[in-house]
Amino acid sequence: MTKNIVLAQGNGGEENAELISKIFYKHFKNEILEKSEDAAIIDGGRLAFTTDSFTVSPIFFDGGDIGKLSICGTCNDLVMMGAKPTYMTCAVIVEEGFPVSDLEKIVRSMKKELDINGAMIVCGDTKVVPRGAVDKIFINTTGVGVVQKSGISSNCVSTSDTILISNQIGKHGATIFANREGMEFSSALQSDCTSLWPLVEKLLSEGVAITAMRDATRGGVAAVLNEWAKQSKVCIEVNEETLPVSDEVRGICEILGFEAYNLANEGTFVLAVKSEDAQKAVEILQGFEEGHHAAIIAEVTHQYDGRVVLLSPWGSKRFMDLPTGELLPRIC
Amino acid sequence: MSSLQLKDLYDGFRNPDVIKSFQKLIAREAEKLNRTVNIMEVCGGHTHTIMKYGLAQLLPSTINFIHGPGCPVCIMPKERVDHAYALSQQSDLILLTLGDMIKVPGSHGSLQDARAKGADVRFVYSPMDALKIAEENPDKKIIFFAIGFETTTPMSAALLDVVIKRGIKNIFFHINHVTVPEVMKELIDSRDEHVNSYDHRIDAFIGPAHVSVISGSKIYEIFPKHYGIPVVVSGFEPVDVMEAIYMIIKQFNEGRSDLEIQYKRLVTHEGNLKAQALIEHYFEKVDLFKWRGMGNVPNSGLKLRDEFALYDAEVLYKEVLPYEEIDDHKLCICGDILRGFAKPQECSVFGTACKPSSPLGSCMVSSEGACAAYYKYGNLL
Amino acid sequence: MCLSIPSKVVKIDTEYNIATVDTMGVQRTASLELMEEGSVVIGDYVLLHIGFIMNKIDEEDAMESLRVYQEILEALDEEERRALVLEDDNCPNREAV
Repeated sequence: MTKNIVLAQGNGGEENAELISKIFYKHFKNEILEKSEDAAIIDGGRLAFTTDSFTVSPIFFDGGDIGKLSICGTCNDLVMMGAKPTYMTCAVIVEEGFPVSDLEKIVRSMKKELDINGAMIVCGDTKVVPRGAVDKIFINTTGVGVVQKSGISSNCVSTSDTILISNQIGKHGATIFANREGMEFSSALQSDCTSLWPLVEKLLSEGVAITAMRDATRGGVAAVLNEWAKQSKVCIEVNEETLPVSDEVRGICEILGFEAYNLANEGTFVLAVKSEDAQKAVEILQGFEEGHHAAIIAEVTHQYDGRVVLLSPWGSKRFMDLPTGELLPRIC
Repeated sequence: MSSLQLKDLYDGFRNPDVIKSFQKLIAREAEKLNRTVNIMEVCGGHTHTIMKYGLAQLLPSTINFIHGPGCPVCIMPKERVDHAYALSQQSDLILLTLGDMIKVPGSHGSLQDARAKGADVRFVYSPMDALKIAEENPDKKIIFFAIGFETTTPMSAALLDVVIKRGIKNIFFHINHVTVPEVMKELIDSRDEHVNSYDHRIDAFIGPAHVSVISGSKIYEIFPKHYGIPVVVSGFEPVDVMEAIYMIIKQFNEGRSDLEIQYKRLVTHEGNLKAQALIEHYFEKVDLFKWRGMGNVPNSGLKLRDEFALYDAEVLYKEVLPYEEIDDHKLCICGDILRGFAKPQECSVFGTACKPSSPLGSCMVSSEGACAAYYKYGNLL
Repeated sequence: MCLSIPSKVVKIDTEYNIATVDTMGVQRTASLELMEEGSVVIGDYVLLHIGFIMNKIDEEDAMESLRVYQEILEALDEEERRALVLEDDNCPNREAV
């Protein structure tokens, strides 16, 4: 590991995992933490608990803003453990000189998402720091939710599960990168930033046997599948052709040399459901606008335990690994 | 009015059925081969295509790939990286370079490390981005650390052209452009001692795609003519590469050694003459350019012509630029890999001490390097 | 390396010698410095590399290649179909009609 922190350690990929394990987990060691789920299950399984900090730049992007993200991100983590978001905190660190009107816009976005989740902010904190000490505004939100269905865990994925994706992948990552680089589009590219509670609520109420769920944030679909493969000690074989990618995201990936499955999503989640419920789950998801492109993407085997394999449409295969390094576009 | 859609230019050359068809055609031709053949893909982009799309898995065992040194980031010697590092430490200076270059490890660390410690190092998508940065920072010197083969050389020349025309006073260049035919020649000549080493003989070249768009396929003429080695210039899509391999195997079976163009939609014999003229106007060859892991490849490097010394950062910062020769890491066998004598998995530190997040050698640094490609895509071969 | 992609020209700015190109819905500008004046027009397919247009894609050659691939596909399909029929005809388990 490097002596000083490098940007890559925040990427949600290999270096990030190394930092977390060698510094944080090493000292904070405990059973709950080591489960490494999207949210911690506490209080004897009754509650889900999670936190996240939001430093996205630019703070206003196509399809959302840092406020919307700060609620969706944390609520989705609770939802992914089968919990209904209930209480949240909001801690803001804002830079001197930041326009108050922008702050209000952000807070209004947050309220909109809170309503969709049926949650409320019950405490918070505000800090103002000198110009330059943060990049405009950083937000941290913590959430507590009541578990509706227990046992949802990335440690339980098995060969009796089928893997699905709820939406087209890579939209958030592609949008942020493109917005940051000042790219112009004639297309409809925008972040998929969305609250997932309504979709999961429906899946649960229809009795779909869900083994695991995770929203594919930093590190993208590749990160989730690799975590599941490792934690559940299985092999996940992905049919490359079935991964839903929009033309717009494809365009960004072609130009910048990225893989869509390495790009972050903020409103798209991966599910492992019992195979007999797979088709039913796809149909339920497709009933939502945000689930319109839901699809079955992989099966679980024991070909190469702990790894994710990508099967090409012409019969070759390779591993789909965790991304490494900063996401630098390939350049000559 | 053409019926060609933009999507066709992508999907048409990635069509799974066409790839499978070429697989069958190649298998048939390969049956007539009476020995194993070694095809070198010169260009890192082709290595990437072969690995990413798993093309080697589709070919019979009589066809073997030797990965070439066509990755300008990979071949950057430590000494030149140290130049970049030294420049980044100067005051009132912004160092610009393209993508992967900031990750290459030098003696003191990479440019990425320099940036983490406070140096103003930025990666740009295009040399032209330097213009805006120079305008926004009139009190600073902007140094463009130029890398790349014939594909990117004309862009550096074009930037200099604009800089001179507009009278911009704060943009300078550190030139590390190299050319491809000389290293291909070096690879063949250096195998003379291995002439009986059947395994490493280069039987054919897959010619670089975009170098050839600029330079034309004419630059490879000596290989079929003088060395009897076929060259097929191929595009980057998987169908392109499969078709090129098919064309090569057919040449073997028909006893030919010709220069052919598979990438007809973009490559011609002559190439882009305007780009070539720009290169000719601003640059000249240098005798000495050390390629990482390979040593000096004669006549393969470029420098700014003397009349443009005003813009040459190597001249301006001569006193601060280090010139000692530096050895590569002891266990690094990049030299052998770049010359095609070894495969990444044969390296004792491949994937362990040397990985993309902590590269020891050049082949692991760039996403097009053989080691990086193998690390990312190669484990199922 | 050589991350160059096919794009379509949608606008030309002769003052700054720049073209606007569209790559699957993403629009970007690219310098025309490497192309002969007037050689690139709206609707052309071009190859983009680090902010420059490197060359025009020869549409006829592209379509010719795609046509040839289609022919190869059809020829192989036909062969396979014939082989299957033959196999069926010669199948020892087939009962005489």
